[in-house]
Amino acid sequence: MAHSSSYEPSSGIEKWIDARLPVPRLMYDQFLAFPTPRNLNYWWTFGGILSFMLVSQIATGVVLAMHYVATPTNAFDSVEHIMRDVNWGWLLRYTHAVGASMFFLAAYIHTFRGLYYGSYKAPREVLWILGVLILFLMIATAFMGYSLVWGQMSFWAVTVITNLFSSLDAVIPGLGTRLVQWIWGGFAVGGPTLTRLYSLHYLFPFVIAGVVVLHVWALHIPGNNNPTGIDVKSARDTVPFHPYYTIKDGFALVLFALLFAGFVFYAPNLLGHPDNYIPANPLQTPQHIVPEWYFLPFYAILRAIPNKLFGVAALIGAIVVLFFVPWLDTSRVRSTSYRPIYKWFFWAFVVTCLVLGYLGSQPPEGIYLVLGRIFTAYYFLFFLLVMPVVGWIEKPKALPGSITESVLGPEKSSPASPQPAPRRRTPEPAL
Amino acid sequence: MADTTHITPAQFPLPDEDEPSRRDVIMIAAGGFAAAGLGLGLWPLLDQMNPDQSALSMATTEVDLTHVEAGQAITVMWRGKPIFIRHRTDKEIEEAKAVPIDDLPDPIARNANLPDDAPATDENRAGKDRESWLVMIGICTHLGCIPKGQAIGDPKGDYDGWFCPCHGSQYDSAGRVRKGPAPQNMAIPPYTLVSDTKVKIG
Repeated sequence: MAHSSSYEPSSGIEKWIDARLPVPRLMYDQFLAFPTPRNLNYWWTFGGILSFMLVSQIATGVVLAMHYVATPTNAFDSVEHIMRDVNWGWLLRYTHAVGASMFFLAAYIHTFRGLYYGSYKAPREVLWILGVLILFLMIATAFMGYSLVWGQMSFWAVTVITNLFSSLDAVIPGLGTRLVQWIWGGFAVGGPTLTRLYSLHYLFPFVIAGVVVLHVWALHIPGNNNPTGIDVKSARDTVPFHPYYTIKDGFALVLFALLFAGFVFYAPNLLGHPDNYIPANPLQTPQHIVPEWYFLPFYAILRAIPNKLFGVAALIGAIVVLFFVPWLDTSRVRSTSYRPIYKWFFWAFVVTCLVLGYLGSQPPEGIYLVLGRIFTAYYFLFFLLVMPVVGWIEKPKALPGSITESVLGPEKSSPASPQPAPRRRTPEPAL
Repeated sequence: MADTTHITPAQFPLPDEDEPSRRDVIMIAAGGFAAAGLGLGLWPLLDQMNPDQSALSMATTEVDLTHVEAGQAITVMWRGKPIFIRHRTDKEIEEAKAVPIDDLPDPIARNANLPDDAPATDENRAGKDRESWLVMIGICTHLGCIPKGQAIGDPKGDYDGWFCPCHGSQYDSAGRVRKGPAPQNMAIPPYTLVSDTKVKIG
């Protein structure tokens, strides 16, 4: 939260800098002394993990770009050149490719955490919207990065996704076709498409980094939400970010890095599709094309709707609806832990996303299509019906008196209690 | 309980600052481990810029010299660099042999096939037992330009060798710098004259 600065420049040079460009003061106040709710659980460590993943993706990506050649004849071969010839190229490429998966894994957990604990509710609406914007940019970046490999899956993913825009022909005849040709730089996916995808794939991560700065800024105005969803009421409810959460986030990051390394070193291709090791062939579509796992739920939604234009609208709507969550949720309390009815709907939504992911990997026929429609319906009903209505009719459980009370139990020495003695004994955190 | 959860950064390290505590040991060990991990993680990001396997695999090249008559020269590529191969005339060899070592700006042979301190005599510059051949990396040792003197009609400088158009360095018929800003003789790559008509570079 916005708190008064407790930074005291100790040396002469720190004072000199502090009077001119107080970056050390900013870092100290925002990342060391920052008062953070004392009850954050491990679901709150994914913000730090995501920062690490962004840095990792940019570092490995910048380096891969030194060896990658973005032309239709050379792209696939240059990737194999990276794998075989470049020093540590295999490690760098696998770290980057698996890193995309790990980035999405962390982002989805982070998003579900925000949904569960009502982290989007006032006063954190802008924080949430910036987060959804980052997710949107991540999806675009990952898609463009995947296309650069220029294998069969890459090529046909680009073909299918860019053709989504041709659905606008149903609105204004000719508009969609013109738009798609503009995106392609030709009459089919080809060299001009590849180079522009490459250029934008390099640009977008830095745009993401910029929005992340805004996201963190928007976080540091109201401060962290917490598992109880209640506001910080006194300094007792918080601890300084360092060392408490630097250590906690660091520990979680180590565990996450173990999983990451496990994939990179033992199953680097498990999350990919073998067909992408076949060079792109514009004359032959693979039997069964599927996106990477992190796009499967959206892919299932696209295929669930038999109309081209509305399928695309649903695909985009599945993300756009997230922007409106702060106003769709009418609940008086933030945390789902205190919402006996909504809780069931929430977990049903989590299951829905997982099932949609499975359905997206299956051929779009028979029972898979029927189920796809049912779960797509629930996906949207959850946001458009459950969130407003359940929030309206539900009676939340009693909230704890304070964050401290939720951690230590309703002890007699709670700050709200009139007994002064224990309170004096408790030192105030240095804020 | 509330007391123990309110340790502030100001209280680190623990009050007894003279004696290293268990916490100090853990902090240093964890920090050292993290630093080592960071270094290991950073190495591939840096090492990837070194010549890769495909560059190293271009390390040797064989050249057929059958059609290079005395007085002619050819340029071939080796590791992305131009290699000057000149079939020298007797006149050029005599000129090169006549120069006293003390007159040379760089008295070192710069021949990768000889010890580092071999003097820059013509014998140490030309091909072993085949002194009419001069095999040399055709890059001016000043700032990396390609000197003139390979083609017929090129300026060859005052010493029947090579003339660098960038900053005017002049090399003699043994590829030794004689004039201008170049600090060293042009380098001799590792090579062997496999036969009278074939040279293997690298």
